[in-house]
Amino acid sequence: MTRFILQRLAFGAVVLLVLSSFVFFLFFVAPGDPARMIAGDKATEAQLQQIRTNLGVDRPMIEQYATFIGRAVQGDLGYSYRNRQPVAEIIVRRIPATLSLVIGAVVLWLAIGIPIGLMSARHPGSLRDRLGQAFILVGLSFPTFVLGMMSLYLLYFLPKQAGFTLFPAGGYKAFSRDPLIWAWHLALPWTTLALTMAAFYARLTRGQMLDVMGEDYIRTARAKGLSERKVVWKHGMRAALTPLVTQLGADIALLLGGAIVIEQVYGLQGVGALAVQAVNNQDRPIIIGVVLLGGLFIVTANIVVDLFYVLLDPRIR
Amino acid sequence: MTGTGAPTGEEDGAVVQRGSLDLTLRRLTRDRAAMVALAVIVLVVAMAIFAPVFASLTGHSPITQFRDTGLSPMGIPVGPNAEFWLGADQLGRDVLVRLAYGARVSLLVGVLAACCASAIAVIVGTTAGFFGGWVDLALSRLIDLVMSVPFLLCALALVSVLGPSLMLSVSVIVFFSWAAMARVIRGQVISLSRQEFVQASRSLGAGPLSIMVVDILPNLTVPIIVYTTMMIPSAIVFEATLSFLGMGIVPPTPSWGGMLADASSNSLYLVAWWMVFFPGTALLMTTLAFNIFGDSLRDALDPKSLRTARRLKRDRKGAAK
Amino acid sequence: MPILQVDGLTVEIPTEDGTVHAVRDVSFSIRQGELFGIAGESGSGKSVLTQAILGLLPTAEISGKVLFDGRDLIGLPQDELRRLRGKDIGMIFQDPLSSLHPFYTIGAQIAEVLHTHETISRQDARARVVEMLGKVGIPDAASRYDDYPHQFSGGMRQRVMIAMALIMRPALLIADEPTTALDVTVQEQIVALIDEMRREFGTTVILITHDLGLLASVADDVMVMYAGHRMEYGPAANLFRAPAHPYTAGLLRSSPANYSPGADLQPITGRPPSLLELRNACVFAPRCAEALPACASATPPLRVFDDKTQSLCWLPDGARRQPATEPAARVHAAAAATVAAPVVEARDVRLTYTIGSFLGHKRQHEVLKGIDLTVHRGETVGLVGESGCGKSTLARVIAGLAPATGGTVSLLGRDLTSLDRAEWRQMRREVQLVFQDPFGSLNPRRRVGSIIGDPFRLHGVAAGDARKDKVRQLMELVGLNPEHYNRFPSEFSGGQRQRIGIARALALNPSLIICDEPVSALDVSIQAQVLNLLRGLQRDLGLTYLFISHDLSVVRHVCNRIAVMQGGKIVELADSETLFAHPQHPYTRTLLAAGKTPPQMTGERVRNLMPTTEVGP
Repeated sequence: MTRFILQRLAFGAVVLLVLSSFVFFLFFVAPGDPARMIAGDKATEAQLQQIRTNLGVDRPMIEQYATFIGRAVQGDLGYSYRNRQPVAEIIVRRIPATLSLVIGAVVLWLAIGIPIGLMSARHPGSLRDRLGQAFILVGLSFPTFVLGMMSLYLLYFLPKQAGFTLFPAGGYKAFSRDPLIWAWHLALPWTTLALTMAAFYARLTRGQMLDVMGEDYIRTARAKGLSERKVVWKHGMRAALTPLVTQLGADIALLLGGAIVIEQVYGLQGVGALAVQAVNNQDRPIIIGVVLLGGLFIVTANIVVDLFYVLLDPRIR
Repeated sequence: MTGTGAPTGEEDGAVVQRGSLDLTLRRLTRDRAAMVALAVIVLVVAMAIFAPVFASLTGHSPITQFRDTGLSPMGIPVGPNAEFWLGADQLGRDVLVRLAYGARVSLLVGVLAACCASAIAVIVGTTAGFFGGWVDLALSRLIDLVMSVPFLLCALALVSVLGPSLMLSVSVIVFFSWAAMARVIRGQVISLSRQEFVQASRSLGAGPLSIMVVDILPNLTVPIIVYTTMMIPSAIVFEATLSFLGMGIVPPTPSWGGMLADASSNSLYLVAWWMVFFPGTALLMTTLAFNIFGDSLRDALDPKSLRTARRLKRDRKGAAK
Repeated sequence: MPILQVDGLTVEIPTEDGTVHAVRDVSFSIRQGELFGIAGESGSGKSVLTQAILGLLPTAEISGKVLFDGRDLIGLPQDELRRLRGKDIGMIFQDPLSSLHPFYTIGAQIAEVLHTHETISRQDARARVVEMLGKVGIPDAASRYDDYPHQFSGGMRQRVMIAMALIMRPALLIADEPTTALDVTVQEQIVALIDEMRREFGTTVILITHDLGLLASVADDVMVMYAGHRMEYGPAANLFRAPAHPYTAGLLRSSPANYSPGADLQPITGRPPSLLELRNACVFAPRCAEALPACASATPPLRVFDDKTQSLCWLPDGARRQPATEPAARVHAAAAATVAAPVVEARDVRLTYTIGSFLGHKRQHEVLKGIDLTVHRGETVGLVGESGCGKSTLARVIAGLAPATGGTVSLLGRDLTSLDRAEWRQMRREVQLVFQDPFGSLNPRRRVGSIIGDPFRLHGVAAGDARKDKVRQLMELVGLNPEHYNRFPSEFSGGQRQRIGIARALALNPSLIICDEPVSALDVSIQAQVLNLLRGLQRDLGLTYLFISHDLSVVRHVCNRIAVMQGGKIVELADSETLFAHPQHPYTRTLLAAGKTPPQMTGERVRNLMPTTEVGP
């Protein structure tokens, strides 16, 4: 068991190392002079040189990378080129918005996706199954930003033109100030994200459930005289939903690293929006920071999922 | 072992084989949803091919700005009218013509990226699954690694450094979408390699290349076709998303994602709904058509996949002892 | 009053290909406390029958009458059927591993039955489950309550299933191929346990199996099914001694256990009919050696005899009863073989796997522990043992597909380890394999012609029309229609696929053919066809076989010498007849005792046709 965890940790460290060196060297070979970006066009050569020395960008590549890694493990990701604030601080300030978005959406998409998948799988070929499959196909095909723009138009703009405010256009309001306002502002982003993800989870659940319901142990459960509800909900679900944990872990981690599109559409000041801004501003330390944070989330999620799996599936113990 | 598949025409020398291709086509043509989806796909392809026709018909090139006729005096784009059939955008360009040219980008990126990604996936997956051992370990870890990367963030970082371009979009999409399919192919190859017909070839002295090409690849055609078809819509969405974030196709080249981004900037679409409605619908219909077609294709190619698999499993159990 | 009375039961299952007529007009009745056997090959409808009456096949259309304890089960609401299941009727299935839920402990799974059918506290339920586990022979039951199915061996899992089926003390236990997935010695224990439980609880048992020997040893009454029809029905003793239906007689004759030295088996020719079409004729007629003109044109009548056997057949006196096989002059290959040159010599062959990844500690797993075996030209050596004894591994080592970690294997006098790449490839011509699984051993995407032609292609022997001719000759040799050259494997039946596999193995005139359980996936009547083919080919072509099987009776029929393997060692090696007559090693004796053989047909007619009005419609 310990060995297993150590293996996973070691692999996680490798992933982060590869990821950081990828981004770091990417920016190193990239054209463009960070000093020029900070100082602007009017700066003299001496000023630029001064800035380069301060940033350390005139030193050899390997040395810079080593310094960067050394600081990164202590939580120091450097300073933004734009406003000279610590990168870690800037990112941390953005986390609540992304976290709020993801938590609500996860609950919602599981609540929508799994029942639809189950309903669809219970009676394959029936009308309900076909409706479920239609939901799955449409949901999978909807690009998130198109759905977002559509819901903004229908649920924010049209009511507003009619003279009342059904939903706000977006923006993030802190939970601590007023939970109701917080939820009201996040309602549209939650639904948008949840609907596209729900389709994916419905498909996954449907496939799993169809497989499991054909297993011999389901026949045994029926032969024992269990009610159909118990056969499906206890024996079927347990086996069908366990593999979903892997997918869920990966998806949560990916979104925590920045629900880029949703944040962009709804103007949420989360990590994803920060990444887009940083890219537009060529603020490289922030880009590196956000990518590393995203990688960290995924690596952590993988390990957590593996541990969960050990709890859920006795065969792995 | 049951009485299924009784031979027809036992005595007839020239047995007419109803090939699997023929059967697949039969099943597919009977599927109404698949035919509608195919019609939509054909329509989009036609739109892409005949994009210049739209341009000459309306007299509008996709990148020319008609600020006098396409924009109201207040600078608001005009809606669908006799001159701009599907309206104009914020710079007074013809939405219809841009839509047609945008189809070229979407299809090109979608098909190209899906094919490249599936080629990589097949090569990596079969190599890992077939050779096993250290090769498998290394390649599996590589797959894990690629799947552990926050791909949209990395794509943004890459584009921000190298500058957006069509080729870069395709490469980024390929790089981040082959891994999932490679994992599936690897699993399939591993279970195929354990089959006795592979052992039979091996015991006859067949080399690894011969086994891969003759024994394993033909059995992978169904998953390869299905996965590649299913990858096309995700690649199209991926490209549109990149363009939407301003990291994909370089303006003023029209692309659906870029058109939606134009509509979204300054919330312009709230007053000019056609700027989001037409490209949005085109994008949705295309991906939906590909998804439906992929689903139907899978059912048609492998109609009893679930059932056959289960029957085989049970037979083998019975055979075990 | 019979506990279960079935009248005119018909089950039809709608599928994509059409309606499968799985069970047609079947009647029988079972007395309280009886062990009732249902025999039949795959596709006979024996499992569908019981699952359908219990409501486990929701899509099936069922008609007829099924009286259980005086209540008609057909048309009973699902909810009432459900209450019967587990409480009044318990079931056990073929594969105990897949039949138990992998995520719940066995104790919880058994206790669930109690909680479903009665109100009982957790402690009481646990106590009763532990008691039951003890009864079915799970050692240390109290502590194993919280173990998961994967922590048990196959036999123990089936015991758990039995405990689960009997925990409510049901009046009826349906055992659907309960021993098929188990080793021979374990099979015997499970059958003994079912019999013991039946006596202890007074449970009535329906035993469904393809194994006639098993039924002959325990069943009171037996029903023989074929293609959904009840062919023969009656007391086990009468039925097996003198079968009235040609199908039953044919099954007994084709069983390798019913054997007289040297003779060919008498297989039932042909293959089972499709269940999709209904014909107004006897379903068995196309394969029946005694068919009358009426058989093909009208539904046969029910013949009732005075010894309580019934047969669905046009023959007024029942099947012809000749001795099982005609004693033929035995081809004494064994005597000649001892002087013939050895094809394969294995000396002290060892194989050890090392398990454990590069980070963990390594464990050694010794599969073969010093095997000595010589196979001479022209003889057949049998390799018998239970699963996990290393017999298939040994075959792979001898075939040169897996290197031994110790000892030497020499083929035609050449040490396999000394070969270079080209020589090894050349050596591939000399050893060929015939595999167990008729579905997995042929590439489903390739035509039969190219599959059989593969050896020629890979060794560059013949090309073009020459290759095609050779393939056609091979197909003819193994009894396939050469015109079917262009078909895919899926268009052939299991037995035909094994013939294709044999043709492929013959292509290069190998010195040794290793048959790895070549008939264990086939039905008895088809098995005999394949075994006869193998023997005939050996006679005609002077082949040498290494024949691997878990089934002693199959091996006895085809082999000159038999090696019994246990735990990676050969514990006994002797001439077939010597081994059967005077087994030396205790394990051989256990194996021999465990194998159930159906009784020999005596040939004396002991019954008379009863006057009856019950003539088929």
